[in-house]
Amino acid sequence: MSMELSPRRSVLAPVGDYATQVWAVSAAEVTKLRHDPIELISRAVQPVLWLLLFGQVMAHVRGLSVGAGSYLDFLAPGILAQSVLFVAIFYGLSAIWERDLGVLHRYMVSPAPRSALVIGKALASSVRGLSQAIVIYLCAALMGVGLSFRPERIALVVVFIVMASALFSTFSLIIACIVKTRERFMGVGQFLTMPIFFASNAIYPISLMPTWLRAIARANPLSYEVDGLRTLMLSSGQSQFGLAFDLAALALGLCLCVVVATRMYPRLTQ
Amino acid sequence: MDASTAHSIRVDGSAVGGVVEARNLTRRFGSLTAVDHVSLSIAPGEVFALIGPNGAGKSTLMKMFTTMLPPTSGQAIIAGFDVAKAPQQVRSHIGYVPQVLSADGELTGYENMILSARLYLIPAAERAAKVAAALAMMGLTEARDRLVQTYSGGMARRLEVAQSTLHRPAVLFMDEPTVGLDPGGRRAVWAHVQDLRREIGAAVVFSTHYMDEAEEVCDRLALIAGGKVAAIGTPAELKARLGGDATLDDVFTQLTGVSGELGGATP
Repeated sequence: MSMELSPRRSVLAPVGDYATQVWAVSAAEVTKLRHDPIELISRAVQPVLWLLLFGQVMAHVRGLSVGAGSYLDFLAPGILAQSVLFVAIFYGLSAIWERDLGVLHRYMVSPAPRSALVIGKALASSVRGLSQAIVIYLCAALMGVGLSFRPERIALVVVFIVMASALFSTFSLIIACIVKTRERFMGVGQFLTMPIFFASNAIYPISLMPTWLRAIARANPLSYEVDGLRTLMLSSGQSQFGLAFDLAALALGLCLCVVVATRMYPRLTQ
Repeated sequence: MDASTAHSIRVDGSAVGGVVEARNLTRRFGSLTAVDHVSLSIAPGEVFALIGPNGAGKSTLMKMFTTMLPPTSGQAIIAGFDVAKAPQQVRSHIGYVPQVLSADGELTGYENMILSARLYLIPAAERAAKVAAALAMMGLTEARDRLVQTYSGGMARRLEVAQSTLHRPAVLFMDEPTVGLDPGGRRAVWAHVQDLRREIGAAVVFSTHYMDEAEEVCDRLALIAGGKVAAIGTPAELKARLGGDATLDDVFTQLTGVSGELGGATP
């Protein structure tokens, strides 16, 4: 009732209310990570292994033409995009977990618009993505990857990671709303991650792919994330699709996912 | 507009435009009719119990009242708003304590309260003071900075009540609020809910298996069986129907043909 009683509210007040409700959800997630930061550290192991083991070996494969720079240069942004994907794609699992625990109920009976809940969760997932980025930057720098540390580029890398995390975690939420149980989600999650990863330019250029796979890769949002990251992270970075196009593709995918997830999220508690 | 001002109480005690108004409320799942033409009216400030065996339709009814499940037919008006047409308005005027705990175990009591304060748009300047007052009222001040997963069942339940009433709802819905609590915990929860009700004037609607508990705390109750309201009234009225020293269990058995051993009924 407190919402309706004050007469002096400006026309912008609903925007502020919406932001407060988005932040409520994100802040709770971030607080939980602060209570238990071990999770962030343990998640960083996998991308480091990809760079150290896979990257070192593949760098010696002749005939893998990746343009200017070394294969490790090519790989580092791909691995960052991959780890953002792997972290985000299991976000739906925590939504199902929250439903089972009962936590989801309190969100659903609150007056917060469902889209605010979806966006709040999506933004929170980017905190995990960004912590991965720090580890991968460190590791890549130590391995001699030609990174660029210009502030405006770093800022745009943050934008790309936030958008991609939000996109894939919201996509994952949609899957969770469809399958509804943890067991089924585990199966589907594995099944989805690999095609998204391999049908992209994360670890090899699209030009090496057969034609049919190229079409899939061009429709895959991960390709645009990787292209953006490759352009921004490397001092020798050159965009294949154009940064603006990369951003637009991610924004479009994100909007679609948020709209669908907003409609489907309440189904989890029914 | 504050919806509670729209209510008036008729001389016979029944509410005109009660804070909860169900009219022929029905929910089907396939061929199963979980809630079957339920009509009832709950007055502002009233403590109302829904009693019935598992599978009687109490939970489904509660889900429709709290906008978690759309009705198949019929109507439910909560605090003046239709659950089907204005669910968001309904949600900003109700509090809900679900049967499973909904506080986040990985957050402290205080952090859980702040989360609710933000979701319910308590103005930032008032948040800390309101949260502190609500925690004090529920006897949780000492435990406010502990993770909720370390709370006892009764403490967690009191936190649920606190976090779902920060925005001073017109109705507080509670699904089996004391199930699994020891008698001390049950008493503490009810004592706190009664204090809260006196302070904010909310109606309290709860479902329960415990006849004795319902009789002790409610103003009126509805016996639910097979998705229908089998009887509705004050505990004294219902017992008077059978006369003598009938218990509510007897009333229930008489009206529904179901044994009063509610907890043992199959879902």
